[in-house]
Amino acid sequence: MALDQIVDGLSEVSCDVLVIGGGTAGPMAALKAKLKNPKANVVLLEKANVKRSGAISMGMDGLNNAVIPGYATPEQYTKEITIANDGIVDQKAVYKYAQNCYKIIEELDSFGIRFLKNENGDYAVKKVHHIGTYVLPMPNGETVKKALYRQLRRARILISNRYMATRLLKSSDGRIAGAISVNTRTAEILVIKAKAVILCMGAAGRLGLPTSGYMFGTYENAANSGDGYSMAYHAGAALANLECYQINPLIKDYNGPACAYVAGPFGAFTANNEGSRFIECDYWSGQMMLEFYNELLSGKGPVFLQLKHLHPDTISEIESTLHKVERPTRGLFQQGRSVDYRNESIEMHISEIGFCSGHSASGVFVDDNARTTVPGLYAAGDMASVPHNYMLGAFTNGSVAGIDAMEFADNHDFAEFDAADIAKERDRVLAPTKREDGIPPNQVEYKTRRLVNDYLQPPKVTRKYELGMRRLAETRQDMQERMIARNAHELLRALEVQSIMDCADMAVHASLYREESRWGLYHWRTDFPEKDNENWFCHTLLSKQNGKMTSEKRAVEPYVVPIADDEKDLYDKQRIRATA
Amino acid sequence: MPLASYQTSVPVVVDDAKCIADKGCTVCVDVCPLDVLRISDMTGKAYMAYDECWYCMPCEADCPTGAVTVNIPYLLR
Repeated sequence: MALDQIVDGLSEVSCDVLVIGGGTAGPMAALKAKLKNPKANVVLLEKANVKRSGAISMGMDGLNNAVIPGYATPEQYTKEITIANDGIVDQKAVYKYAQNCYKIIEELDSFGIRFLKNENGDYAVKKVHHIGTYVLPMPNGETVKKALYRQLRRARILISNRYMATRLLKSSDGRIAGAISVNTRTAEILVIKAKAVILCMGAAGRLGLPTSGYMFGTYENAANSGDGYSMAYHAGAALANLECYQINPLIKDYNGPACAYVAGPFGAFTANNEGSRFIECDYWSGQMMLEFYNELLSGKGPVFLQLKHLHPDTISEIESTLHKVERPTRGLFQQGRSVDYRNESIEMHISEIGFCSGHSASGVFVDDNARTTVPGLYAAGDMASVPHNYMLGAFTNGSVAGIDAMEFADNHDFAEFDAADIAKERDRVLAPTKREDGIPPNQVEYKTRRLVNDYLQPPKVTRKYELGMRRLAETRQDMQERMIARNAHELLRALEVQSIMDCADMAVHASLYREESRWGLYHWRTDFPEKDNENWFCHTLLSKQNGKMTSEKRAVEPYVVPIADDEKDLYDKQRIRATA
Repeated sequence: MPLASYQTSVPVVVDDAKCIADKGCTVCVDVCPLDVLRISDMTGKAYMAYDECWYCMPCEADCPTGAVTVNIPYLLR
């Protein structure tokens, strides 16, 4: 059979709980759902292959937000994340994470994942955040995916690789009924009826265009094209604080972390071209990114991660982590440029924009049970709105979602959906394959993402956003009427472009709605340069109402852990003050 | 509008002498997150069919014979 040849096919299966996305949160959600009710059917659907999918495809160097007894308390952590996220936090979900994550660490340990301990046998937790101590290295962090996969096999989770979910199915009364997906190598359609669905589809990491011009040279796993955000939107779920973009300080051109979380505890720091520190803390926050941006433009850029002052043995130890896990090709990249950390600093830059609650706060709105606003629909990991939740947050909230979703499935029967929805979605999905002539997906994607960079990258200027909206609308029309896919692989990319376009539209809409500046660089609006707590100390929820993109305010839930007035702006004080 | 093909130097290189795809191995094709590797009908060996690489390494790390090498895509190098 010819490469990626399109096959006409439609099949239907059913399960109790459907988990979409097999990266970090997804495997844990599937596992916990199955353990909750071993008789139930749990399907884990994955666009790539669960063995090596998602942000931790090659493992992870450590936990960035471990709340370990003796080092930190759930109260301290909740306070830190609240301040880091400029106060716009429903603390209940963060506090619940902080209380539960230690149990998850112990569980990961039982899976064979090791965590660094000191000579006394205590966890060797490191300080990276502005206030507290939460970073715990993982000496065999490259084995995380293998360890998870073993658990999935043992629990007999049904894994379906190379299926891309495209739309959710709902009943007429608004309850979740399942999902429609397409095989990425044959274009055959698979309908999965489910009593509950958990979305664990990662960040919208292919939104902005990397400055290298290489479309897949993204910070996030480039497979994370924002499909979950798009699907949740079209299902009518609310999405929170999308204007709080993810923008990261990364190795220039390589676009991966440098990585201060690994090297900082050994004494490395972010420096300007004079070799001086200019930020107090290397923890990724919008406020820190604003100082990074200011430094780049001040004439004191470029900005570097500086290690060369450290002992050669220390540098070797840092190297052995940086060049082994998360993004192992960092070593190859530096080698190609003859950069040796012993005598040269690592040149950094600011990444393109994306959505990712893992590092910021932009995600599908969920409560402390990982429930979205659609009954029976859950979300966890980088695409759900619990802020700054990183890998351990994905595991912990994935666990919460799995347990709650199985309870929901145990108490509900399958919801009925309109069969016409399947035919309609099938026509939409396959439309690019029915055209004889047109624009290939890579060109539509390049143009969309180039427009995102040109018009949406902060600082956010209202006039630019309005122009961007018009250009995106023109490109959307091309996408809908003229995009062509000649095989199943091109169809996969064509479908991803549609997610990217939806995310770009949502980024514009959410950003124009919040008429203030907040979260440092993430939402810096030049037309509204001040933080306006009187009118905008609230979440924004974006959703599709009567077919139209709509934004509304949602009050921040009363705090569980109070924040004193003199603590509220601690993250605003990132710049090192000049000394006389 | 007619389509033209576009030349690109691909980052993932497979050593045909070491590759055992012709004996049924599909490991690199299976694990790639971006699904850009395929087995050639002509040679029976794995190759990079689409230049959409995250230079992430599972193909190289999981190859049982050490036949796969991941390079940094030229535009980033």
